[in-house]
Amino acid sequence: MATIFRKELSDHFASTRFLITFALVLMVAVVTTSMVGAHLREALEGMAKPSHVFLMLFTTSGQFFSLVQFIAFFGPLIGIILGFDAINRERNDNTLSKLVSQPIFRDAVINGKFLAGIVTVTLMLASLLLLITGLGLLTVGVVPGWEEAGRLAVYLLVSIAYVSFWMGLAILFSILFRSLATSALAAVALWIFFAFFIGFAADLVAHALAPVANARDAEQMVANQRVADAASLASPVVLYSQATSTILDPFRRTRQNLVMVGPMEKFSMDRFRNPLPLGQSILVVVPYLSLMIGLILACFGASYLTFLRQEIRST
Amino acid sequence: MAAVIETQGLTRRYGRQTAVDALSFQVQEGDVFGFLGPNGAGKTTTLLMLLGLTEPSAGTARVLGFDPVRDPLPIKRLVGYLPENVGFYDDLTARENLGYVARLNRLAPDASRGNIETALDRVGLSDVGDKLVGQFSRGMRQRLGLAELLIKDPKLVFLDEPTLGLDPDGIHKILELILSLSRDRGITVVLSSHLLDQVQRTCNRIGIMVQGRMVATGLLSELTRAGESLEQLYMRHFQQR
Repeated sequence: MATIFRKELSDHFASTRFLITFALVLMVAVVTTSMVGAHLREALEGMAKPSHVFLMLFTTSGQFFSLVQFIAFFGPLIGIILGFDAINRERNDNTLSKLVSQPIFRDAVINGKFLAGIVTVTLMLASLLLLITGLGLLTVGVVPGWEEAGRLAVYLLVSIAYVSFWMGLAILFSILFRSLATSALAAVALWIFFAFFIGFAADLVAHALAPVANARDAEQMVANQRVADAASLASPVVLYSQATSTILDPFRRTRQNLVMVGPMEKFSMDRFRNPLPLGQSILVVVPYLSLMIGLILACFGASYLTFLRQEIRST
Repeated sequence: MAAVIETQGLTRRYGRQTAVDALSFQVQEGDVFGFLGPNGAGKTTTLLMLLGLTEPSAGTARVLGFDPVRDPLPIKRLVGYLPENVGFYDDLTARENLGYVARLNRLAPDASRGNIETALDRVGLSDVGDKLVGQFSRGMRQRLGLAELLIKDPKLVFLDEPTLGLDPDGIHKILELILSLSRDRGITVVLSSHLLDQVQRTCNRIGIMVQGRMVATGLLSELTRAGESLEQLYMRHFQQR
Protein backbone atom coordinates (compact mmCIF):
# COMPACT_ATOMS: atom_id res chain seq x y z
CA MET A 1 0.00 0.00 0.00
CA ALA A 2 2.90 2.35 0.75
CA THR A 3 3.97 2.10 -2.89
CA ILE A 4 0.56 3.04 -4.22
CA PHE A 5 0.26 5.79 -1.65
CA ARG A 6 3.59 7.28 -2.73
CA LYS A 7 2.76 7.10 -6.39
CA GLU A 8 -0.66 8.69 -5.89
CA LEU A 9 0.84 11.45 -3.78
CA SER A 10 3.49 12.29 -6.36
CA ASP A 11 0.78 12.15 -9.04
CA HIS A 12 -1.26 14.68 -7.10
CA PHE A 13 1.58 17.09 -6.61
CA ALA A 14 2.88 16.79 -10.14
CA SER A 15 -0.50 17.21 -11.81
CA THR A 16 -1.34 20.45 -13.56
CA ARG A 17 -4.79 20.59 -12.12
CA PHE A 18 -3.42 20.48 -8.60
CA LEU A 19 -1.16 23.43 -9.41
CA ILE A 20 -4.05 25.35 -10.94
CA THR A 21 -6.42 24.76 -8.04
CA PHE A 22 -3.72 25.54 -5.56
CA ALA A 23 -2.82 28.77 -7.35
CA LEU A 24 -6.49 29.71 -7.41
CA VAL A 25 -6.95 28.99 -3.73
CA LEU A 26 -3.83 30.92 -2.83
CA MET A 27 -4.90 33.87 -4.91
CA VAL A 28 -8.30 33.99 -3.29
CA ALA A 29 -6.69 33.69 0.12
CA VAL A 30 -4.39 36.61 -0.53
CA VAL A 31 -7.13 38.77 -1.97
CA THR A 32 -9.62 38.11 0.82
CA THR A 33 -7.02 38.59 3.51
CA SER A 34 -5.92 41.92 2.16
CA MET A 35 -9.54 43.01 1.72
CA VAL A 36 -10.49 41.85 5.18
CA GLY A 37 -7.34 43.43 6.57
CA ALA A 38 -8.34 46.82 5.24
CA HIS A 39 -11.91 46.36 6.40
CA LEU A 40 -10.89 45.13 9.82
CA ARG A 41 -9.18 48.34 10.85
CA GLU A 42 -12.37 50.29 10.34
CA ALA A 43 -14.44 47.69 12.14
CA LEU A 44 -12.14 47.69 15.13
CA GLU A 45 -12.15 51.45 15.55
CA GLY A 46 -15.68 51.39 16.95
CA MET A 47 -15.01 48.63 19.48
CA ALA A 48 -14.13 49.43 23.06
CA LYS A 49 -12.15 46.34 23.93
CA PRO A 50 -11.88 43.99 21.01
CA SER A 51 -10.86 40.40 21.60
CA HIS A 52 -10.09 37.57 19.25
CA VAL A 53 -9.12 40.04 16.57
CA PHE A 54 -7.04 37.50 14.79
CA LEU A 55 -9.93 35.14 14.21
CA MET A 56 -11.81 37.94 12.54
CA LEU A 57 -9.36 37.61 9.68
CA PHE A 58 -11.13 34.40 8.82
CA THR A 59 -14.71 35.21 9.67
CA THR A 60 -15.16 38.81 8.56
CA SER A 61 -16.35 39.17 5.05
CA GLY A 62 -14.66 41.84 3.03
CA GLN A 63 -16.46 42.87 -0.09
CA PHE A 64 -17.46 39.39 -1.19
CA PHE A 65 -17.13 36.65 1.34
CA SER A 66 -15.04 35.60 4.29
CA LEU A 67 -12.44 32.93 4.00
CA VAL A 68 -14.54 30.50 5.99
CA GLN A 69 -17.39 30.92 3.56
CA PHE A 70 -15.00 30.47 0.68
CA ILE A 71 -13.78 27.11 1.98
CA ALA A 72 -17.34 26.06 2.77
CA PHE A 73 -18.44 26.70 -0.81
CA PHE A 74 -15.36 25.85 -2.83
CA GLY A 75 -13.64 23.33 -0.59
CA PRO A 76 -15.92 20.64 -2.05
CA LEU A 77 -14.69 21.53 -5.52
CA ILE A 78 -11.11 20.93 -4.42
CA GLY A 79 -12.10 17.55 -3.02
CA ILE A 80 -14.00 16.62 -6.18
CA ILE A 81 -11.09 17.63 -8.40
CA LEU A 82 -8.75 15.45 -6.37
CA GLY A 83 -11.00 12.41 -6.44
CA PHE A 84 -13.38 12.25 -9.36
CA ASP A 85 -11.12 10.22 -11.67
CA ALA A 86 -9.29 8.14 -9.08
CA ILE A 87 -10.52 4.73 -10.17
CA ASN A 88 -12.24 5.16 -13.49
CA ARG A 89 -9.24 6.77 -15.16
CA GLU A 90 -7.19 3.70 -14.30
CA ARG A 91 -10.04 1.54 -15.50
CA ASN A 92 -10.27 3.37 -18.83
CA ASP A 93 -6.51 3.33 -19.31
CA ASN A 94 -6.49 -0.40 -18.55
CA THR A 95 -3.93 0.14 -15.82
CA LEU A 96 -6.36 -1.10 -13.19
CA SER A 97 -6.32 -4.69 -14.40
CA LYS A 98 -2.55 -4.54 -14.38
CA LEU A 99 -2.52 -3.09 -10.89
CA VAL A 100 -4.77 -5.76 -9.40
CA SER A 101 -2.82 -8.57 -11.06
CA GLN A 102 0.26 -7.55 -9.07
CA PRO A 103 0.85 -9.27 -5.73
CA ILE A 104 -0.99 -6.70 -3.63
CA PHE A 105 -4.28 -6.89 -1.81
CA ARG A 106 -6.97 -5.23 -3.79
CA ASP A 107 -7.94 -2.92 -0.96
CA ALA A 108 -4.42 -1.49 -1.00
CA VAL A 109 -5.42 0.36 -4.18
CA ILE A 110 -8.34 2.08 -2.55
CA ASN A 111 -6.60 2.68 0.79
CA GLY A 112 -3.61 4.20 -0.95
CA LYS A 113 -5.77 6.51 -2.99
CA PHE A 114 -7.83 7.69 -0.03
CA LEU A 115 -4.77 8.25 2.12
CA ALA A 116 -2.87 10.13 -0.58
CA GLY A 117 -5.92 12.33 -1.17
CA ILE A 118 -6.31 13.13 2.52
CA VAL A 119 -2.62 13.97 2.86
CA THR A 120 -2.85 16.27 -0.17
CA VAL A 121 -5.88 18.01 1.29
CA THR A 122 -4.12 18.37 4.63
CA LEU A 123 -1.03 19.91 3.09
CA MET A 124 -3.09 22.24 0.94
CA LEU A 125 -5.27 23.53 3.76
CA ALA A 126 -2.46 23.75 6.30
CA SER A 127 -0.29 25.81 3.98
CA LEU A 128 -3.29 28.00 3.14
CA LEU A 129 -3.93 28.64 6.82
CA LEU A 130 -0.30 29.39 7.56
CA LEU A 131 -0.11 31.74 4.61
CA ILE A 132 -3.11 33.70 5.81
CA THR A 133 -1.69 33.79 9.30
CA GLY A 134 1.51 35.26 7.93
CA LEU A 135 -0.32 37.76 5.76
CA GLY A 136 -2.52 38.65 8.71
CA LEU A 137 0.50 39.38 10.84
CA LEU A 138 1.78 41.68 8.14
CA THR A 139 -1.37 43.57 7.25
CA VAL A 140 -3.16 43.77 10.59
CA GLY A 141 -0.26 43.49 12.95
CA VAL A 142 -1.98 41.38 15.59
CA VAL A 143 -0.42 38.28 17.02
CA PRO A 144 -2.71 35.33 17.72
CA GLY A 145 -2.84 34.12 21.30
CA TRP A 146 -2.72 30.48 22.31
CA GLU A 147 -6.46 30.20 22.39
CA GLU A 148 -6.80 31.61 18.92
CA ALA A 149 -4.12 29.27 17.64
CA GLY A 150 -6.01 26.39 19.25
CA ARG A 151 -9.22 27.47 17.57
CA LEU A 152 -7.47 27.65 14.24
CA ALA A 153 -6.08 24.16 14.74
CA VAL A 154 -9.58 22.81 15.40
CA TYR A 155 -10.83 24.72 12.39
CA LEU A 156 -8.11 23.14 10.26
CA LEU A 157 -9.09 19.70 11.49
CA VAL A 158 -12.76 20.23 10.68
CA SER A 159 -11.86 21.65 7.25
CA ILE A 160 -9.66 18.68 6.43
CA ALA A 161 -12.50 16.35 7.37
CA TYR A 162 -14.90 18.38 5.23
CA VAL A 163 -12.79 18.49 2.06
CA SER A 164 -11.82 14.85 2.57
CA PHE A 165 -15.49 13.93 2.69
CA TRP A 166 -16.03 15.45 -0.74
CA MET A 167 -12.95 13.74 -2.05
CA GLY A 168 -14.24 10.44 -0.69
CA LEU A 169 -17.58 11.03 -2.34
CA ALA A 170 -15.84 11.76 -5.65
CA ILE A 171 -13.79 8.57 -5.34
CA LEU A 172 -16.99 6.63 -4.67
CA PHE A 173 -18.49 8.08 -7.85
CA SER A 174 -15.31 7.26 -9.75
CA ILE A 175 -15.86 3.63 -8.77
CA LEU A 176 -19.56 3.63 -9.58
CA PHE A 177 -19.36 5.39 -12.94
CA ARG A 178 -17.11 4.30 -15.76
CA SER A 179 -17.04 7.66 -17.48
CA LEU A 180 -14.93 10.49 -16.11
CA ALA A 181 -17.48 13.11 -17.09
CA THR A 182 -20.36 11.30 -15.39
CA SER A 183 -18.58 10.92 -12.09
CA ALA A 184 -17.38 14.54 -12.13
CA LEU A 185 -20.85 15.84 -12.98
CA ALA A 186 -22.57 13.66 -10.41
CA ALA A 187 -20.27 14.96 -7.69
CA VAL A 188 -20.64 18.55 -8.84
CA ALA A 189 -24.43 18.23 -9.00
CA LEU A 190 -24.51 16.99 -5.43
CA TRP A 191 -22.23 19.83 -4.37
CA ILE A 192 -24.43 22.45 -6.03
CA PHE A 193 -27.54 20.98 -4.44
CA PHE A 194 -26.03 20.87 -0.96
CA ALA A 195 -24.40 24.27 -1.23
CA PHE A 196 -27.09 26.34 -2.91
CA PHE A 197 -30.44 24.59 -2.87
CA ILE A 198 -30.49 22.92 0.52
CA GLY A 199 -32.19 26.00 1.99
CA PHE A 200 -35.19 25.63 -0.30
CA ALA A 201 -35.33 21.92 0.22
CA ALA A 202 -35.23 22.36 3.99
CA ASP A 203 -38.04 24.94 3.84
CA LEU A 204 -40.09 22.57 1.74
CA VAL A 205 -39.62 19.76 4.25
CA ALA A 206 -40.40 22.10 7.13
CA HIS A 207 -43.63 23.32 5.56
CA ALA A 208 -44.68 19.78 4.87
CA LEU A 209 -43.92 18.47 8.36
CA ALA A 210 -44.67 21.49 10.52
CA PRO A 211 -46.85 23.90 8.58
CA VAL A 212 -47.26 27.43 9.88
CA ALA A 213 -50.98 28.15 9.80
CA ASN A 214 -50.73 31.39 11.67
CA ALA A 215 -47.62 33.50 11.16
CA ARG A 216 -48.09 35.12 14.56
CA ASP A 217 -48.10 31.81 16.39
CA ALA A 218 -44.62 31.67 17.88
CA GLU A 219 -44.81 28.00 18.72
CA GLN A 220 -45.61 27.03 15.17
CA MET A 221 -42.84 29.27 13.89
CA VAL A 222 -40.31 27.69 16.21
CA ALA A 223 -41.43 24.18 15.31
CA ASN A 224 -41.20 25.03 11.64
CA GLN A 225 -37.75 26.53 12.03
CA ARG A 226 -36.54 23.55 14.04
CA VAL A 227 -37.56 21.15 11.31
CA ALA A 228 -35.94 23.36 8.67
CA ASP A 229 -32.72 23.54 10.66
CA ALA A 230 -32.65 19.81 11.19
CA ALA A 231 -33.36 19.15 7.52
CA SER A 232 -30.65 21.49 6.33
CA LEU A 233 -28.17 19.61 8.49
CA ALA A 234 -28.45 16.86 5.91
CA SER A 235 -26.10 19.01 3.87
CA PRO A 236 -22.43 18.69 4.75
CA VAL A 237 -22.00 22.28 3.65
CA VAL A 238 -24.40 23.51 6.35
CA LEU A 239 -22.87 21.12 8.83
CA TYR A 240 -19.46 22.50 8.12
CA SER A 241 -20.32 26.18 8.14
CA GLN A 242 -22.19 25.88 11.43
CA ALA A 243 -19.38 23.95 13.06
CA THR A 244 -16.68 26.33 11.92
CA SER A 245 -18.55 29.51 12.72
CA THR A 246 -18.94 28.29 16.28
CA ILE A 247 -15.27 27.48 16.52
CA LEU A 248 -14.02 30.70 15.02
CA ASP A 249 -16.56 33.03 16.59
CA PRO A 250 -16.35 32.59 20.37
CA PHE A 251 -19.37 34.81 20.87
CA ARG A 252 -21.70 32.33 19.32
CA ARG A 253 -23.13 30.06 21.94
CA THR A 254 -25.63 28.14 19.92
CA ARG A 255 -25.94 26.75 16.46
CA GLN A 256 -29.61 27.64 16.30
CA ASN A 257 -30.41 30.24 13.71
CA LEU A 258 -33.59 31.37 15.38
CA VAL A 259 -33.33 32.29 19.02
CA MET A 260 -36.35 33.80 20.71
CA VAL A 261 -35.31 36.43 23.19
CA GLY A 262 -37.09 39.26 24.87
CA PRO A 263 -35.85 42.85 24.51
CA MET A 264 -34.23 42.91 27.94
CA GLU A 265 -32.48 39.64 27.36
CA LYS A 266 -31.26 40.85 24.01
CA PHE A 267 -30.00 44.01 25.58
CA SER A 268 -28.09 42.16 28.27
CA MET A 269 -26.65 39.74 25.74
CA ASP A 270 -25.37 42.58 23.64
CA ARG A 271 -24.13 44.49 26.63
CA PHE A 272 -22.33 41.71 28.42
CA ARG A 273 -21.06 39.56 25.61
CA ASN A 274 -18.40 37.21 26.81
CA PRO A 275 -16.51 34.80 24.65
CA LEU A 276 -17.06 31.08 25.16
CA PRO A 277 -13.91 29.30 26.32
CA LEU A 278 -12.23 27.10 23.74
CA GLY A 279 -13.16 23.91 25.55
CA GLN A 280 -16.83 24.82 25.46
CA SER A 281 -16.69 25.77 21.79
CA ILE A 282 -15.17 22.42 21.04
CA LEU A 283 -17.96 20.73 22.97
CA VAL A 284 -20.46 22.49 20.76
CA VAL A 285 -18.62 21.34 17.65
CA VAL A 286 -17.87 17.72 18.53
CA PRO A 287 -21.20 16.30 17.31
CA TYR A 288 -20.69 18.05 13.98
CA LEU A 289 -17.17 16.78 13.63
CA SER A 290 -18.15 13.23 14.48
CA LEU A 291 -21.00 13.39 11.98
CA MET A 292 -18.57 14.55 9.32
CA ILE A 293 -16.09 11.78 10.13
CA GLY A 294 -19.02 9.38 9.99
CA LEU A 295 -19.82 10.63 6.49
CA ILE A 296 -16.22 10.10 5.38
CA LEU A 297 -16.26 6.60 6.79
CA ALA A 298 -19.54 5.89 5.01
CA CYS A 299 -18.03 7.04 1.70
CA PHE A 300 -14.91 5.02 2.32
CA GLY A 301 -16.87 1.95 3.34
CA ALA A 302 -19.13 2.12 0.31
CA SER A 303 -16.13 2.65 -1.99
CA TYR A 304 -14.31 -0.22 -0.37
CA LEU A 305 -17.18 -2.67 -0.69
CA THR A 306 -18.13 -1.80 -4.26
CA PHE A 307 -14.52 -1.84 -5.38
CA LEU A 308 -13.81 -5.23 -3.85
CA ARG A 309 -16.91 -6.72 -5.47
CA GLN A 310 -16.35 -5.28 -8.90
CA GLU A 311 -14.87 -7.41 -11.60
CA ILE A 312 -11.92 -5.79 -13.27
CA ARG A 313 -11.15 -6.74 -16.83
CA SER A 314 -9.64 -4.89 -19.66
CA THR A 315 -11.90 -4.35 -22.61
CA MET B 1 6.58 -32.88 -15.47
CA ALA B 2 4.12 -31.40 -13.04
CA ALA B 3 0.79 -29.79 -13.81
CA VAL B 4 1.19 -26.03 -13.52
CA ILE B 5 -2.50 -25.39 -14.04
CA GLU B 6 -5.21 -27.85 -13.16
CA THR B 7 -8.92 -27.12 -13.13
CA GLN B 8 -11.89 -29.25 -12.11
CA GLY B 9 -15.33 -28.24 -13.32
CA LEU B 10 -14.46 -24.55 -13.25
CA THR B 11 -17.65 -22.56 -13.88
CA ARG B 12 -18.50 -18.88 -13.97
CA ARG B 13 -22.02 -17.55 -14.39
CA TYR B 14 -23.07 -13.96 -14.92
CA GLY B 15 -26.72 -13.86 -13.97
CA ARG B 16 -28.37 -16.56 -16.08
CA GLN B 17 -25.61 -16.61 -18.61
CA THR B 18 -22.84 -19.15 -18.23
CA ALA B 19 -19.55 -17.68 -19.44
CA VAL B 20 -17.39 -20.63 -18.47
CA ASP B 21 -19.04 -24.03 -18.21
CA ALA B 22 -17.46 -26.84 -16.18
CA LEU B 23 -13.95 -26.40 -17.49
CA SER B 24 -11.44 -29.17 -16.75
CA PHE B 25 -7.99 -29.02 -18.26
CA GLN B 26 -4.30 -29.17 -17.45
CA VAL B 27 -1.19 -27.32 -18.49
CA GLN B 28 2.18 -28.97 -17.83
CA GLU B 29 5.35 -27.26 -16.84
CA GLY B 30 7.28 -25.89 -19.81
CA ASP B 31 4.27 -25.99 -22.12
CA VAL B 32 3.33 -23.28 -24.54
CA PHE B 33 -0.41 -23.65 -24.28
CA GLY B 34 -2.50 -22.22 -27.10
CA PHE B 35 -5.87 -21.17 -25.75
CA LEU B 36 -8.15 -20.95 -28.78
CA GLY B 37 -11.70 -19.96 -29.36
CA PRO B 38 -13.92 -17.32 -30.90
CA ASN B 39 -14.48 -13.95 -29.27
CA GLY B 40 -16.64 -14.23 -26.18
CA ALA B 41 -15.91 -17.92 -25.67
CA GLY B 42 -14.83 -17.30 -22.07
CA LYS B 43 -11.06 -17.34 -22.47
CA THR B 44 -10.43 -14.08 -20.63
CA THR B 45 -12.87 -15.02 -17.86
CA THR B 46 -10.98 -18.29 -17.40
CA LEU B 47 -7.67 -16.45 -17.13
CA LEU B 48 -9.18 -14.03 -14.59
CA MET B 49 -10.39 -16.94 -12.48
CA LEU B 50 -6.97 -18.59 -12.61
CA LEU B 51 -5.43 -15.35 -11.35
CA GLY B 52 -7.95 -14.97 -8.56
CA LEU B 53 -9.34 -11.75 -10.05
CA THR B 54 -12.79 -13.29 -10.49
CA GLU B 55 -14.37 -15.85 -8.24
CA PRO B 56 -15.60 -19.03 -9.87
CA SER B 57 -19.28 -19.87 -9.38
CA ALA B 58 -18.37 -23.55 -9.04
CA GLY B 59 -15.42 -25.86 -9.43
CA THR B 60 -11.82 -25.57 -8.33
CA ALA B 61 -8.52 -24.57 -9.83
CA ARG B 62 -4.92 -24.92 -8.79
CA VAL B 63 -2.22 -22.73 -10.23
CA LEU B 64 1.39 -23.60 -9.30
CA GLY B 65 -0.10 -25.53 -6.41
CA PHE B 66 -2.09 -22.60 -5.01
CA ASP B 67 -5.83 -22.08 -4.88
CA PRO B 68 -6.63 -18.77 -6.63
CA VAL B 69 -9.70 -18.16 -4.46
CA ARG B 70 -7.94 -18.56 -1.13
CA ASP B 71 -4.35 -17.71 -1.96
CA PRO B 72 -4.26 -15.21 -4.81
CA LEU B 73 -1.14 -13.37 -3.64
CA PRO B 74 1.49 -16.08 -4.19
CA ILE B 75 -0.07 -16.75 -7.59
CA LYS B 76 0.14 -13.10 -8.53
CA ARG B 77 3.75 -13.05 -7.38
CA LEU B 78 4.69 -15.96 -9.65
CA VAL B 79 2.37 -15.38 -12.59
CA GLY B 80 2.68 -12.59 -15.12
CA TYR B 81 -0.53 -11.47 -16.79
CA LEU B 82 -0.56 -9.43 -19.99
CA PRO B 83 -4.17 -8.28 -20.52
CA GLU B 84 -5.66 -7.87 -23.95
CA ASN B 85 -5.21 -4.11 -23.96
CA VAL B 86 -2.28 -3.50 -21.72
CA GLY B 87 -2.40 -0.14 -19.98
CA PHE B 88 0.41 2.09 -18.86
CA TYR B 89 0.63 5.41 -17.11
CA ASP B 90 1.09 7.59 -20.16
CA ASP B 91 2.58 10.46 -18.22
CA LEU B 92 5.43 8.32 -16.92
CA THR B 93 8.41 7.02 -18.86
CA ALA B 94 8.84 3.35 -19.69
CA ARG B 95 11.42 2.97 -16.92
CA GLU B 96 9.16 4.67 -14.38
CA ASN B 97 6.26 2.42 -15.35
CA LEU B 98 8.40 -0.66 -14.87
CA GLY B 99 9.80 0.74 -11.64
CA TYR B 100 6.29 1.10 -10.24
CA VAL B 101 5.48 -2.52 -11.05
CA ALA B 102 8.80 -3.60 -9.54
CA ARG B 103 7.97 -1.76 -6.31
CA LEU B 104 4.49 -3.29 -6.26
CA ASN B 105 6.21 -6.65 -6.46
CA ARG B 106 8.45 -5.62 -3.57
CA LEU B 107 11.66 -6.13 -5.48
CA ALA B 108 14.74 -4.72 -3.78
CA PRO B 109 15.84 -1.44 -5.44
CA ASP B 110 19.10 -2.88 -6.76
CA ALA B 111 17.53 -6.03 -8.11
CA SER B 112 14.72 -4.09 -9.72
CA ARG B 113 17.11 -1.70 -11.50
CA GLY B 114 18.98 -4.67 -12.91
CA ASN B 115 15.79 -6.50 -13.88
CA ILE B 116 14.38 -3.43 -15.59
CA GLU B 117 17.48 -2.96 -17.72
CA THR B 118 17.64 -6.63 -18.73
CA ALA B 119 13.93 -6.68 -19.51
CA LEU B 120 14.08 -3.51 -21.61
CA ASP B 121 17.12 -4.85 -23.41
CA ARG B 122 15.38 -8.13 -24.06
CA VAL B 123 12.36 -6.51 -25.73
CA GLY B 124 14.55 -4.00 -27.56
CA LEU B 125 13.31 -0.84 -25.83
CA SER B 126 16.48 0.18 -23.98
CA ASP B 127 17.06 3.28 -26.07
CA VAL B 128 13.52 4.61 -25.54
CA GLY B 129 13.33 3.70 -21.86
CA ASP B 130 13.24 7.34 -20.80
CA LYS B 131 10.50 8.37 -23.22
CA LEU B 132 6.95 8.87 -22.05
CA VAL B 133 4.84 5.80 -22.73
CA GLY B 134 2.15 8.06 -24.21
CA GLN B 135 4.34 8.41 -27.29
CA PHE B 136 4.76 4.67 -27.82
CA SER B 137 3.28 2.81 -30.76
CA ARG B 138 1.04 -0.16 -30.18
CA GLY B 139 3.80 -2.63 -30.92
CA MET B 140 6.13 -0.89 -28.48
CA ARG B 141 3.46 -0.90 -25.78
CA GLN B 142 2.92 -4.62 -26.29
CA ARG B 143 6.64 -5.25 -25.97
CA LEU B 144 6.79 -3.04 -22.90
CA GLY B 145 3.98 -5.19 -21.51
CA LEU B 146 6.18 -8.26 -21.97
CA ALA B 147 9.07 -6.45 -20.29
CA GLU B 148 6.76 -5.73 -17.38
CA LEU B 149 6.14 -9.46 -17.01
CA LEU B 150 9.85 -10.25 -17.17
CA ILE B 151 10.92 -7.99 -14.30
CA LYS B 152 9.08 -10.12 -11.79
CA ASP B 153 10.76 -13.26 -13.10
CA PRO B 154 7.57 -15.31 -13.44
CA LYS B 155 7.17 -19.08 -13.55
CA LEU B 156 4.07 -18.81 -15.70
CA VAL B 157 2.71 -16.11 -17.98
CA PHE B 158 -0.80 -15.48 -19.30
CA LEU B 159 -0.82 -13.62 -22.59
CA ASP B 160 -4.26 -12.48 -23.70
CA GLU B 161 -4.25 -11.73 -27.41
CA PRO B 162 -0.72 -10.30 -27.33
CA THR B 163 -0.53 -9.77 -31.07
CA LEU B 164 -3.90 -8.12 -31.63
CA GLY B 165 -3.69 -5.17 -33.96
CA LEU B 166 0.03 -5.43 -34.63
CA ASP B 167 1.77 -5.25 -38.00
CA PRO B 168 3.45 -8.44 -39.31
CA ASP B 169 6.85 -7.34 -38.08
CA GLY B 170 5.45 -6.59 -34.61
CA ILE B 171 3.70 -9.97 -34.52
CA HIS B 172 6.94 -11.70 -35.48
CA LYS B 173 8.91 -9.92 -32.73
CA ILE B 174 6.33 -10.74 -30.06
CA LEU B 175 6.14 -14.40 -31.05
CA GLU B 176 9.92 -14.67 -31.07
CA LEU B 177 10.00 -13.20 -27.58
CA ILE B 178 7.37 -15.61 -26.35
CA LEU B 179 9.23 -18.57 -27.76
CA SER B 180 12.49 -17.41 -26.23
CA LEU B 181 10.79 -17.09 -22.84
CA SER B 182 9.79 -20.70 -22.95
CA ARG B 183 13.09 -21.91 -24.45
CA ASP B 184 15.65 -19.95 -22.41
CA ARG B 185 13.92 -19.47 -19.10
CA GLY B 186 11.64 -22.48 -19.00
CA ILE B 187 8.63 -20.27 -18.41
CA THR B 188 5.26 -21.90 -18.99
CA VAL B 189 3.19 -19.80 -21.40
CA VAL B 190 -0.56 -19.65 -21.81
CA LEU B 191 -1.32 -17.85 -25.04
CA SER B 192 -4.88 -16.89 -25.71
CA SER B 193 -5.55 -16.12 -29.33
CA HIS B 194 -7.80 -16.73 -32.26
CA LEU B 195 -5.11 -16.36 -34.86
CA LEU B 196 -4.53 -19.99 -35.68
CA ASP B 197 -1.35 -19.84 -37.70
CA GLN B 198 0.40 -18.06 -34.83
CA VAL B 199 -0.71 -20.71 -32.41
CA GLN B 200 0.42 -23.46 -34.72
CA ARG B 201 3.84 -21.83 -34.96
CA THR B 202 4.38 -21.33 -31.24
CA CYS B 203 2.35 -23.81 -29.16
CA ASN B 204 2.87 -27.45 -28.35
CA ARG B 205 -0.40 -27.97 -26.45
CA ILE B 206 -3.76 -26.42 -27.22
CA GLY B 207 -7.24 -26.12 -25.83
CA ILE B 208 -10.22 -25.06 -27.93
CA MET B 209 -12.99 -23.28 -26.13
CA VAL B 210 -16.41 -22.65 -27.65
CA GLN B 211 -19.29 -21.05 -25.76
CA GLY B 212 -17.72 -21.61 -22.38
CA ARG B 213 -16.85 -25.27 -22.93
CA MET B 214 -13.52 -26.85 -23.67
CA VAL B 215 -14.28 -28.91 -26.78
CA ALA B 216 -10.78 -30.27 -27.32
CA THR B 217 -7.55 -30.19 -25.38
CA GLY B 218 -4.23 -31.99 -25.64
CA LEU B 219 -0.91 -31.98 -27.42
CA LEU B 220 -1.10 -30.40 -30.83
CA SER B 221 0.63 -33.39 -32.38
CA GLU B 222 -1.92 -35.81 -30.91
CA LEU B 223 -5.00 -33.81 -31.82
CA THR B 224 -4.28 -33.18 -35.46
CA ARG B 225 -4.98 -36.01 -37.84
CA ALA B 226 -2.46 -36.83 -40.53
CA GLY B 227 -1.85 -33.85 -42.80
CA GLU B 228 -4.42 -31.73 -41.05
CA SER B 229 -3.67 -28.10 -40.28
CA LEU B 230 -4.71 -26.46 -37.05
CA GLU B 231 -7.29 -24.50 -38.96
CA GLN B 232 -8.98 -27.66 -40.19
CA LEU B 233 -8.87 -29.10 -36.69
CA TYR B 234 -10.39 -25.96 -35.28
CA MET B 235 -13.18 -25.84 -37.82
CA ARG B 236 -13.93 -29.52 -37.25
CA HIS B 237 -14.48 -28.92 -33.53
CA PHE B 238 -16.20 -25.64 -34.10
CA GLN B 239 -18.79 -27.08 -36.46
CA GLN B 240 -19.63 -29.99 -34.20
CA ARG B 241 -21.35 -27.60 -31.85
